[in-house]
Formats: sequence, structure tokens, C-alpha cells
Amino acid sequence: MSNADLAAPSLLSRINLQRYVVYIGFLAIFLFFAIVLRDSGFLTVRNLSNIVLQTAPVTIMAIGLVFVMSAGEIDLSIGSIVAVSALAAAVTIGQYGMVAGIIAGLGAGFVIGLINGFLVAYVKLPSFLVTLATLGLFAGVSRSMTDLRSIPVTDSLFTGIFGSGSLFGIPSLIWWTVIAIAIAHIVFRETRFGAHVLATGDNARAAAVCGISVPRIRLAVLTLSGVIAGLAGLLYAGRLQAAKYTLGETDLMTVIAAVIVGGTLLNGGKGSIVGALVGSLMMGMLNNGLILMGLSVSDQMIVRGFIILAAVAVSLREKNR
Amino acid sequence: MTGPVLELSGIRKTFGGVTAIEDFSLEIFPGEIVALVGDNGAGKSTLIKIVSGVHPPSAGSIALDGQPVVMSNATMARMLGIEVVYQDLALADQQAVYMNLFLGREPLTALGLLDRRRMIAETEKLVKELDVRIPSAHAAIRDLSGGQRQGVAIARATHWASKLILLDEPTAALGVAETARVEEIVRSLKKRNIGVLIISHSLDQVFRLSDRICVLRRGKQIGVRDTKATDKNEIIAMITGLKQG
Ligand SMILES: Nc1ncnc2c1ncn2[C@@H]1O[C@H](COP(=O)(O)OP(=O)(O)OP(=O)(O)O)[C@@H](O)[C@H]1O
Ligand SMILES: [Mg+2]
Repeated sequence: MSNADLAAPSLLSRINLQRYVVYIGFLAIFLFFAIVLRDSGFLTVRNLSNIVLQTAPVTIMAIGLVFVMSAGEIDLSIGSIVAVSALAAAVTIGQYGMVAGIIAGLGAGFVIGLINGFLVAYVKLPSFLVTLATLGLFAGVSRSMTDLRSIPVTDSLFTGIFGSGSLFGIPSLIWWTVIAIAIAHIVFRETRFGAHVLATGDNARAAAVCGISVPRIRLAVLTLSGVIAGLAGLLYAGRLQAAKYTLGETDLMTVIAAVIVGGTLLNGGKGSIVGALVGSLMMGMLNNGLILMGLSVSDQMIVRGFIILAAVAVSLREKNR
Repeated sequence: MTGPVLELSGIRKTFGGVTAIEDFSLEIFPGEIVALVGDNGAGKSTLIKIVSGVHPPSAGSIALDGQPVVMSNATMARMLGIEVVYQDLALADQQAVYMNLFLGREPLTALGLLDRRRMIAETEKLVKELDVRIPSAHAAIRDLSGGQRQGVAIARATHWASKLILLDEPTAALGVAETARVEEIVRSLKKRNIGVLIISHSLDQVFRLSDRICVLRRGKQIGVRDTKATDKNEIIAMITGLKQG
């Protein structure tokens, strides 16, 4: 075994499709729409910045899912957490003001995430089943919380911070996106916690024999995902100035697609926060472009489904290489 | 001559009603390689688990550098300077070599962030000293050959072990050339004054590597021999029960 035999093939395959697929895909879709929709307003500043604003909650949720999936778990309940958190915040703001509302919204996400995490880490149930169950359970809770009614959010400071406001001329939703991505990127890439999340998803036994508490990592990522989905709920409530049980209901597929397209492996051990951001923007752009092209909602769903299939195929091919 | 780095006396281990190890005593000196041989189910892996803190012994005592120790878990054994190279290597395949070397014990910068530069530098130094031929400290484990992976697992143990390295069948899955490389690396551990306990089913390997050979049969310690003063026939007879210690 010499160095040369081993290095050569692995270096070639290292420059692989998977790592750059999100950037290539992003550019390709952008160029496609820029050309096809050049007369339909796709390239206007207003439309492009709208894409970023509309994508913010999905981008935020994707951050949580990068941690969860890198640890080898999944969180299907984020959509329900968004609705419960947004409703909890809206109801509490109406009665006790903004700060209490923020605490209620994030606290709801924290508690649901903690339940998910406890059942996965210490009762040792598969996260797929646990979060599938809490997805249904809390979808029910959000429906019964306000009898399917929409709750308006009138606190203008809240809707400014979490929705339509801006600071230094930059919309608050962009601030949230940039700050959340920056912090998450550093935590994921540059801290022990991030390294232990990856090791746990890669080989839980190896992590355990190296002294990493695998249950604690599993509890942490699922709780984190809950809190982050709670934040996404606040952003929805702020932007729409209301909360309803339907918030986040259809986001799960988009979030998973964004994360996988962004280079996070479905089976754990590898992930990218920046990739998830680009993946999320790509999904947002796709939505926007398909609407401008005049596709029906059902056609949009079909196209998105194909994109996710392609992304999963590339992701799994990489893992089995 | 210094005293033994590891001293096991009267170790016994029962699982429920089953006796896996009975009355086992052994000393390992710094810089010494002791081979543990015996048929399947003889109790070799159980013994390693006792020394590495995974299983508490049912009876008997363990001393490190003359000090009696009670190890309640594997983390404690690691803190005392005992490292294990597991049969399945326990490496995170998609992570870089340097991340694996420091897994669970990553050094941090003043800001509390991972000190990658230090991890990479120490990995390169160690890999060079041990002559583990890997393409780079940045390579992912899955891009390495079986022998290189084994080399990384041994390098990790070497980096952290101050007293003892336990190897459970380190070459079971390797070809001839890779086995020879791993044996060289194990041999180079002598220079570091670390005690080595190695389990192997290959008597050829045991005779190439070890200073002493300890034979287990069905949990009983049949005997310990100086490698130079014995031969394969005697060891085989001890393993199979044709000869009592
Ligand atoms: N956790 C356990 N619970 C019950 N019995 C066990 C346990 N671990 C080991 N044993 C028993 O102890 C005996 C010794 O097992 P051990 O794994 O130590 O053998 P070994 O010498 O390593 O064998 P091999 O060469 O096949 O690896 C066996 O009879 C085994 O079934
Ligand atoms: Mg064994």
C-alpha cells in the first residue's frame, strides 16, 4: 500500500457532484428563470428580495434540521411546532404583551423538542416514529387551541421585529436569516458540540467509546430543532400579523429538500448550514418562478417532488460510494 | 527494572451463573508486548473489557503502576491512561483522520472553538512518528484502506495512552502486507514505554510480536510463557487442553 495508489482515486472522487450540486442547481435554476421569465418580473429587485423574505422561516427551520439529520435523526414535527408556537405567541401577546409572547412561542417549541428528544434519546424510540406521532399530535393541539380560528397579532413592535420591520434599511427577516445562519454555521463547524453531532450521526458506537454522551447529543439536537421551529413560528406570525393552525403545515417537504440538496446526508455524519441556506433559497426561487410561469399548485408540487427525488438520489449515491 | 504498569490479581468474572474468567493474574511491564491467546469464547475480550473499565470484575484487583484502581467505566480507564483499539476500530468514517484522533477530546482555542490547527499538526506529527502511511490528516476515514484505518485507530490509542494499549484482533481483517505494516506499528510502541496487551488468533503473529504469551482456555488461565522459551506446539497444546500449565 503506497500513498499514491490510495490518494489518486479518492482525490478525483472528492471533487464530486454532491458537494457543489446545490450551487450548480441554484445557478441553473436562476439562469433558467432569468431567461424564461425575463418579461414576467422575475429579475426585479422587488421579486428577488421577496423570495428571500418568504424563504426566511424555511431557512430557519432548515438550520435545526441540519443538526438533527447530521446526528442521524429526523424531525418531522417541525411544521406542527411552527403552528403551535405561532398560536401560543399570538394568544399570549394579546394578553400579556410582546416579551411574554416571545417566551411562550419559543417555550412551546422547546417543550415539544424536549419531548421528542427525551423519547428518542432515553426511551430509545426511532426519531422517525416519535416525530411522526408528535407531528400529528401537535397538529391536533394547534387546531383545538383556538378552534381553528386565526388570531391577529397587533403588537407593532413584535410585527416589526419578526416581520415587516427593518434596521439600517435591511428588512428584519434578512437580519434573522443572516444572524441565525452565521451563529449556526460557527456552532456546527467550529465547536465541540458540532463535532460531536457529526460523530454521533456517523458512528454512534465510536462516539460513545470516545466518551461522547450520545443520548445527550440526540436530546440536544431535537430540542434545538424544536426551539428553532418555534422561532420560525414567530417569524410567520410577525410577517402575516396573525397566527393560524395552517402555518408551517406544508413546509416539511420544502425544508427536508433544502437540507438534503444543501449537502446534508440523510443518514447522518455530514451536513452543511450554508448549503441548507442555498438549498432553501433555491426552493424559494423555484416556488416563485413556477408561480410566475403560471403553473398550477398541483404542477408545482409535482416539479418539487422530482427535485427532491433527484436530491435524495445524489445524497445516497454519495453515502454508498 | 521498573515495576509492572498493569497488575491483575485473582480476577474473576461471572455473567449471571456463567463464569467467563476465573482466577486470572498477569503483570505487564512498560514497553512489553503480551499476547493473549485462546479459542473462541475463552474469555479474551471479556478480560480486555475488564481492564478497560467496561465490565467491573466480580472479584480480584487491578493495579496501575502499583496503585490499586477501581474503574467504574471506560471514561475512567481512559483518564488513567488505558486505551483500547476495538475490533471494529470505532472510527467515524466520514470525518477526517484528525477529527477521529481527537474525538471526544478536541482541543479548543482561547475562544472556545475547535483548535483545528493544533489537531492537524499533532496528527501529522504522530502519523509520521508511527509511520502510518495515510494520504493526509484531512483524509476521511472511508477513503483509507483497512490497514490505514487500523493505523489510525492505533495512532489514536497511542496518542492518548500513557500506560497501556489493549488491542483486540487488530489484523483479523487485513491482508499480508497490511498486517506486516500494523505489526511494525505495534512493535514501535515498545519505544514509547507503553505496555501492550494484544489478542490474536494468529500464532505466527503472536510469535513475531510478543515478549510473553498468556493462554486462556474456557476462562481458566492455563499459563504464561516467555515467547523465546516456548514454541507453537506447546502453545497449541495449552490452547486445546492437551497440556496443562
Ligand atoms: N455480556 C455478557 N453476558 C453474558 N455472557 C458473556 C458476556 N460477554 C461474554 N460472555 C461469555 O463469556 C465467555 C467469554 O467470551 P469472550 O467474548 O470473552 O471470548 P473471546 O475469548 O473473546 O472469544 P473470541 O475469540 O470468539 O472473540 C463466552 O462464553 C461468552 O458467551
Ligand atoms: Mg473476542
